[in-house]
Amino acid sequence: MADKVRVQSTINEETVDFLCEPRQSLLETLRDVLGMTGTKEGCNDGNCGACTVIIDGRMVTSCLVLGVEASGKKIETIEGVSQPDHLHPIQQAFLEGAALQCGICTPGFIMASKALLQVEPKPSEERIRLWLAGNLCRCTGYDKIVRSVQSAATKMSGERR
Amino acid sequence: MQAFEYVSAKSVGEAVGVLSQHGEGARLMAGGTDVLVQLRAGRRPQVKVLVDVKGIGELNELSYNDRQGLIIGAAVPCYRIYEDPTVIKRYPGIVDSASIIGSVQIQGRASLGGNICNATPSADGIPPLIALGAVCIIAGPNNSRRELPLEQLFAGPGRTTLQNGEMLISVRVPPPPANSGAQYLRFTPRNEMDIAVAGVGAAITLNAAKNTFVSGRVVLAAVAPIPLLVPAAGQALAGKPVNDETIGKAAEAAVAAAVPITDMRGTIEYRKHLVGVLTRRALQGAIQRAKGV
Repeated sequence: MADKVRVQSTINEETVDFLCEPRQSLLETLRDVLGMTGTKEGCNDGNCGACTVIIDGRMVTSCLVLGVEASGKKIETIEGVSQPDHLHPIQQAFLEGAALQCGICTPGFIMASKALLQVEPKPSEERIRLWLAGNLCRCTGYDKIVRSVQSAATKMSGERR
Repeated sequence: MQAFEYVSAKSVGEAVGVLSQHGEGARLMAGGTDVLVQLRAGRRPQVKVLVDVKGIGELNELSYNDRQGLIIGAAVPCYRIYEDPTVIKRYPGIVDSASIIGSVQIQGRASLGGNICNATPSADGIPPLIALGAVCIIAGPNNSRRELPLEQLFAGPGRTTLQNGEMLISVRVPPPPANSGAQYLRFTPRNEMDIAVAGVGAAITLNAAKNTFVSGRVVLAAVAPIPLLVPAAGQALAGKPVNDETIGKAAEAAVAAAVPITDMRGTIEYRKHLVGVLTRRALQGAIQRAKGV
């Protein structure tokens, strides 16, 4: 077994030091080394998007990133999305719009939606559907998710005004 | 995933050194969206050292000048390519493919260099590059460099002609000639996040009056053991008037050249039919772009 590597990274705006094996994905590192189990494992091969996190402003599937690659990077996970006393508008919209049932895909959808609204505050329905094509949900049929993202976009652009 | 040593190479020389030392035991990684899947699935049991090349400056280059054209470093992720204003303006055929590889998540990591070196016949990134005349810049032991037309890099499914100790540094795409255009189209059952049943990249140059083909290149995906350049399709275009008859003849040549297999994604007959349809449409799209429509 290869030796563990020391990695220093910024996760949800906190500097984090950890040890991981080179073969451990960022997903495994978050869940098994750091105990941050909000990020979910679905397919573990880049197809389902459940493990979506944002690295240096870009969303990626954390199952296809190595933990050692987190070195020097700024990582955002679902744990950093809400404030202590209130949910993020996207989370609130998913809740109000019933955009989740079993919940396994939800952290990935929230992160992907957040990444979208960061670059495009008012995306069209088509754009939302295309952007979220890498996130699979087997419960909702997607309509409620898309409408919740639209609702969050409206709310967030209202807040900015 | 199997255990391996991770090396974040800081120079081409360092990466080539590891490759030379370990041979089959070393594998390069840029975005990792293919190699990590393969390692996890046990499909590369020989790999003992994974060499991350994202820290090498030259492999992150994305630049254009009118003399040598576009340089795409082998580790440049898809999103940088399709968001680049120069690529959007001068090479929309490359944007076509870079923006449909995997999901937005995958495009945040995956590089065209990786798409090339992974060498699957269905790779979307390769046909438009070959159609546009891309040349590989390859580094090897003892600071050696060589250039190779991209269509000559492929040896079979998942296999390239790169020798032990060699690595892809970048691809260079010549400056687009006046009155030229290119397009890549693929057919997939789902619009996104899917693997091509068939794909066609076409690049054409028209005369100044834009009514005659000066030259053309047609490249097929997922219908041969390698990304397939069809010289006969180019010959059917060169010097001929821009009309449905000429386009139809080029499409017939593409269909004749395709040697697909039947698998879960489609039958031989279906794939050959798709090659005809996609070749006509990609040529028409390339013509529209050449005309600036």
